Amino acid sequence: MEAEDFKMENNPKNKLSEDSISRELKMNESTQIHFDSSFYLELYMTNDFEVLQSFNHPHLSSQTNLKTLDELLENDKLRTKDGFSSRIRLGKLVKPLPGNKTQVVVVPTTTEPKFYHDNSITTEEQSTGGSGEGEEGEIIAKKQANPQQGKGDGSGPGQGEGSDHEVGTNAYDLGRILTEKFQLPNLKIKGNKKSLTKFTYDLTDINRSFGQVLDKKLSLRNIIKTNILLGNLDPEQNFSPENLIINPKDQIYKILSREKDFEAQAAVFFIRDYSGSMSGKPTEAVTTLHLLIYSWLMYQYQNNVLTRFIVHDTAAKEVPDFYSYYKYQVAGGTNVYPAFELANKIVEMEQLGKDYNIYVFYGTDGDDWESSGEKMINALRVMLKYANRTGICVARNGWTNGDTTIEKYLKNSGLLAKEPQFLRLDHFEANSYTQEVLIETIKSLIS
Amino acid sequence: MKLIDQHTKKIMEECKSRARDHGLKFDNQTLEYIVSNRDMILLSPKGMIPTLYDYWVDDVEVLKKEGEYKLYPSNPYETVINTRPAVSFYNDNNPDWMNIMIFYHVLAHIDFFQNNIFFRQTWDYDFAGKALSGKRLLDSLRSEHGRWVDYVIEFARAIDNLVGYHSKNAAFRFSTRLETSPEINFYFQVFLQELIKVPEHIIYKEVEKYNEFLMQNSTLGEKLFLAEVKRKFPEFDSKFKKYLPKKEREPDIIEYIVRNSAFLNKDQNKWMNQVIEIVHETSLYFAPQIRTKTINEGWASYWHDYLFRKDERISGHESAYAKTNAAVTSINRIGLNPYAVGLRLFQHIEEMADKGQSGYDYQKLRNKQERENFDKNLNKGKESIFDVRENFNDFMLFNTFVNQDFTDKHKLFTVGKRLNEQQGVVEYFIKSKKANDYKQMLINSLYHPPYIIINKEHTNENNLYLQHQFEGKQLYQDFIPDTLLAISFLWGNQVQLETTEILKKQNQSADFRRVIYTVKNKQITKVLVSK
Repeated sequence: MEAEDFKMENNPKNKLSEDSISRELKMNESTQIHFDSSFYLELYMTNDFEVLQSFNHPHLSSQTNLKTLDELLENDKLRTKDGFSSRIRLGKLVKPLPGNKTQVVVVPTTTEPKFYHDNSITTEEQSTGGSGEGEEGEIIAKKQANPQQGKGDGSGPGQGEGSDHEVGTNAYDLGRILTEKFQLPNLKIKGNKKSLTKFTYDLTDINRSFGQVLDKKLSLRNIIKTNILLGNLDPEQNFSPENLIINPKDQIYKILSREKDFEAQAAVFFIRDYSGSMSGKPTEAVTTLHLLIYSWLMYQYQNNVLTRFIVHDTAAKEVPDFYSYYKYQVAGGTNVYPAFELANKIVEMEQLGKDYNIYVFYGTDGDDWESSGEKMINALRVMLKYANRTGICVARNGWTNGDTTIEKYLKNSGLLAKEPQFLRLDHFEANSYTQEVLIETIKSLIS
Repeated sequence: MKLIDQHTKKIMEECKSRARDHGLKFDNQTLEYIVSNRDMILLSPKGMIPTLYDYWVDDVEVLKKEGEYKLYPSNPYETVINTRPAVSFYNDNNPDWMNIMIFYHVLAHIDFFQNNIFFRQTWDYDFAGKALSGKRLLDSLRSEHGRWVDYVIEFARAIDNLVGYHSKNAAFRFSTRLETSPEINFYFQVFLQELIKVPEHIIYKEVEKYNEFLMQNSTLGEKLFLAEVKRKFPEFDSKFKKYLPKKEREPDIIEYIVRNSAFLNKDQNKWMNQVIEIVHETSLYFAPQIRTKTINEGWASYWHDYLFRKDERISGHESAYAKTNAAVTSINRIGLNPYAVGLRLFQHIEEMADKGQSGYDYQKLRNKQERENFDKNLNKGKESIFDVRENFNDFMLFNTFVNQDFTDKHKLFTVGKRLNEQQGVVEYFIKSKKANDYKQMLINSLYHPPYIIINKEHTNENNLYLQHQFEGKQLYQDFIPDTLLAISFLWGNQVQLETTEILKKQNQSADFRRVIYTVKNKQITKVLVSK
């Protein structure tokens, strides 16, 4: 490699980083001290560090130097400019809570590449230690192969349902960061549905004794009621309004108030294949992709997103939250159409098509036992009538060459070319996916 | 972060004097700080050294840990760092009796740091002070070179697990009276084995001869022996002189790069060497800690248990102690707990030495009854655990003392894992109760960075050729390209890595292949080594 490749950039603009700013701060601090001592050097102002070794002034502690997530991401972006790959990934920690809820915290993660031994591939089998009663060969514990409970790890995805406030906030934050930092497009909504939460200011609330506009009819009715009660007015006879006693509380005003108005909202279906071939990387890739999409939609729709989760092997079933959606794994064979039919059924039964912008995201490794895809294409045609966007993502397994079964029949159906506004297809290699690949995939699925 | 109050400090000082009465040795000065959980989160990425240099990866780690803490709040009991004076950190809310237990634990750690020879290289200075000057230096470099300082830190850290800790520490390890003269060393280790390549039995004969010479005449024996050698091999002297300059300790990979990289030795890049040196020193400082995890925790657990139960200040809190202690030192049904295994090994060693069971007389016995009743009442237990504390690391502890008596006594076994597809469950089963299997499992779980050397034949100023000595595990492949890019930045030229890949197909035995990665101009290629 040529040494020049790594030559320092001399462009002063690049140096205007937080380093120079903090240096400026430091200079201010020290000059202030020196000013206090009226420009002359005092006995205890010097020390060996400064005088002999020209060290800087004592430092800000690590705590004050701690960078925020935004600063870290900003610095990470500069890396690309300097010719190095970016290193910070956004991870999420998931903790299951009672009542099928989960708590998600978005955290940055990074790795420090070094030469490490890979303990997952060895010539011998893995084992750990144990103690207690029992004979060799005896089974001492069992664990569900598709657990629904357990501690989440840094690579797991988050959850949906928007039920838990904290989850929403975090997914919203993640969505904001995705949109801003990775330049994900803002959503364009087709048709006349609007997506933003709108506040309307309207004279809808009523208020006694003061307000913007007097509601004459209501006020008069109250005044008459009061006067009847007071015996000031005989309902049988005519009366003169001058004689009415007016209690200020009987005056009803219309008052201007801020109304939260959810005009548009999104319903998102996340569907994924959890058949045997999906185990490992493809599952990880697809669920992470779906979490990112979910977060992005949460941001776009200002948290107003209804999510539904469907997993399928040869049959499809709905699962309650993102956590189970992520955790379910490695079941039997693969039939895709039942999942799409289930989504269609849910939309029809609950009449979601009326009030919601509907998005469907499907993740798979591309395998389908129904190789013609006939039933699947039929279900897809129904879906395209109501869905704003159907995004299909194929996380290809290492052994596949070129198009997978699903990709083949989708391309043959002509739907992709006919309805590019509503149907998108993308693929990547599951074994080597990175956050960048996922971001690119999201862009192609939603743009 | 604040110092503990006078009341608590008094408890600590009392613990010190009691610990000394039982043979623990440590400096008089210690510092104890009360820290919040947030302080702990801030410090842990820096190995609890408050003065360690700032680096963005630590910041990421802090943010991650804060997230974890949100989900899973927890209170660590204590941490102690190997500085002069030794500093330990505590939670605010410990009751006195618990502090007594924790102080004993901490004092045993300090005793371990200050007496175990694997820490020898850290004895002569205070790392906190050294780290602070490193941090200052980096901060002033940052104001000049900006984020490039962080790149250099990053690239140096990419190989900071390959530092030559053992070879560096070895210089301290043996007292000079045990060391043979350079000529004798050369004769047995290089001349006979590598230069004239005599068969093994001849070497043994020569060693015997040398010992005989020494026994007959302890002052002149060596000279007489060498005279005979020189008569037999007239070329010995010239060969030895040729070898002499090479006697210097081999530089590790970082040191080699710093000395030989044309890029780093350019005037405008010289500052990078200072950065690399700080990373290198830091890594060396932490190296013994990770290699003594079990033995250090075992030692501390042994002593907190031993001293605490003798301490009358805690009467009334025995059951609370028992509960806390059990949580720390109980053996898991499945899994490994370094406190538990380490503690029991020390107790095992003590018992063996007390009864004289470490000698050959015991080991040759085959009868179970006789073995159980074997007791020579030597009472050498304490002496021998102190000896182990001084001279052993984790690997040596496991390798020497895990035997069938030990695993049988504590009903230890290795656990295997398999998928039961019919029931859809993962089953954990008892795989083996053999001590050797258990020992191997322990050893396999130890920290062990890959052994990578510089192949001097293929290395010149344009090419750095690294050779991975395969030990049954391949390198983690995802990280190879980035690590090589980092090295090539520091080297400033082409870098190659020769390593082994395992090809494992289902239900077949593993296949191996040797490959070479080459990085040049930021392009990475991989080719098979032709045989």
